[in-house]
Amino acid sequence: MPSFHYPVPPVCEITPRHLFMSRRAALLGVGSAVAAGIVGNGVSRAAAPPEAVLARGWPAQQAPTPKKDVLSYNNFYEFGTDKSDPAELSGDFKPRPWSVVVDGLVDNPRTWDIDALIKQFGQQERLYRMRCVEAWSMVVPWLGFELGALLRAAAPKAGARYVAFTSVVRPAEMPGQRGGLFSLKWPYVEGLRLDEALHPLTLLATGVYGEPLPNQSGAPIRLVVPWKYGFKSIKSITRITLTDQQPPTSWNQMAPNEYGFYANVNPMVDHPRWSQASEQIIGEGSLFSAARKPTELFNGYGQQVAGLYKTMDLRKEF
Amino acid sequence: MPPAGQAGRKTSRFSPLMRQVLLYAFGLVPGLLDITQGVLGTLGANPVAVCLHAFGRYAFRFLLLSLAITPVRRFIGVNLILYRRPLGLLAFTYAAAHVFFYVGATRHFEGHILWRDFTSRPFLTFGFLAFLILVVLAATSTKRTIRALGRKWAVVHRFVYAALVLACVHYSLAFKTWHIEPFIYAGMAVVLLGLRVFKKPARQSV
Ligand code: HEM
Repeated sequence: MPSFHYPVPPVCEITPRHLFMSRRAALLGVGSAVAAGIVGNGVSRAAAPPEAVLARGWPAQQAPTPKKDVLSYNNFYEFGTDKSDPAELSGDFKPRPWSVVVDGLVDNPRTWDIDALIKQFGQQERLYRMRCVEAWSMVVPWLGFELGALLRAAAPKAGARYVAFTSVVRPAEMPGQRGGLFSLKWPYVEGLRLDEALHPLTLLATGVYGEPLPNQSGAPIRLVVPWKYGFKSIKSITRITLTDQQPPTSWNQMAPNEYGFYANVNPMVDHPRWSQASEQIIGEGSLFSAARKPTELFNGYGQQVAGLYKTMDLRKEF
Repeated sequence: MPPAGQAGRKTSRFSPLMRQVLLYAFGLVPGLLDITQGVLGTLGANPVAVCLHAFGRYAFRFLLLSLAITPVRRFIGVNLILYRRPLGLLAFTYAAAHVFFYVGATRHFEGHILWRDFTSRPFLTFGFLAFLILVVLAATSTKRTIRALGRKWAVVHRFVYAALVLACVHYSLAFKTWHIEPFIYAGMAVVLLGLRVFKKPARQSV
């Protein structure tokens, strides 16, 4: 694929070298297609000494978050508002059979079966930082393919400017969708500008930790936009629609002054109820002292994505 | 001292002070269990947040319980006044731990962040004011201060109503979406306060 020249920093910079090398050995051992993906690409850059890695400001705490924490602590309001609800209350959800409609301003609209989609576009591993708008963060090894690949296959028309995403409504399987006077409106919807959607970092994830996405993580397919707050990364996607207008997005509709359309990670723009200057590192620290680190603009992916926002006032368009 | 399990059956064996101490000790159990689990690593991925939230709720509940003593005596005729002070102190203790989990465990006592928090985030301003009141009430709850303040003590301790109202607001604003629980608790608070406003005290109030 032509898009592999972008990754700076490569995966090896946010993974301690010994972990990275053991992962690499495992991947090479498997000889899977994964090794040819982004991780494999990182290998060629792994020549940098570990000291340089640390000097870039990504200390050893950037190892992947323990799997049990990634799979037991997240927001997925369709299953409930507590961070333990998705893992505990998603047992009834049926992620297969599943299809994803790609339509709107495209030349090749199509309804994809999930397995056909995975077969067509493959799965590569991407180790991404995940920054929740609630000021906590993780480092997650996703499996998936670039949203851009799917969009190019759909061939956006000249007028397409935005991509609208729609999740699923299944109150019988999703307890958080049953009633709730003040809850979010269902289905959950999200959106990206087309250039954001085409950015090589933007991933459609179909797996995590080397396995198919579990229900609580957005099975069977979800978005991952690592430089934006987690709520942009819509889960259990059923429809991807190219539009010429900025689509409505769920949290923005709920509280426009708290959650913007862009929702780029930005330590300078606080949430009205809490500071975004730093973030709690899930899986580290103790009961009496949570591990924290300063939050970085664009979640540390500024080198790759800052160009998308050159002309924007990030305080106004938060 | 006999094992704790006998306390219920043989309360009369204990002096009033001992009964107060026992209630306080029992009241601490849920928090100590949470802390034990947090230290053992069985509270999930974010034990600090679990304790922060749980202790806020414990504080609120004990505050409600302490305010139920007077109506219970007035309308049901059961006198539990002996237990009001330990309940109030439990509310204070849990509130103090709740504040510690925010100010210390998650904010690492960072002054400038906390200053911005308390001055520009209404939900924290309300919580902060409620906590200040609880501090004053706890500090003036010893026998000595009660005697020293005389009639003024009752006036000072009426501020507990303000603390309850502030805590209700703090609680209902503490989430990203509107949750139902804070409003249920606020309903209880309204009932407890309403019982005081609308009914003339049958006897001299304490
Ligand atoms: C300086 C004082 C206080 C601070 C800094 C503080 C801070 C906080 C914070 C950060 C939260 C979590 C909000 C979130 O996650 O979005 C919270 C929630 C809460 N606080 Fe406080 N608080 C204070 C005083 C109090 C007091 C005095 C009470 C009760 C008497 C109280 C009761 C609660 C309750 C019930 C919750 C919600 C817990 C839940 O159900 O999840 N807080 N507080």
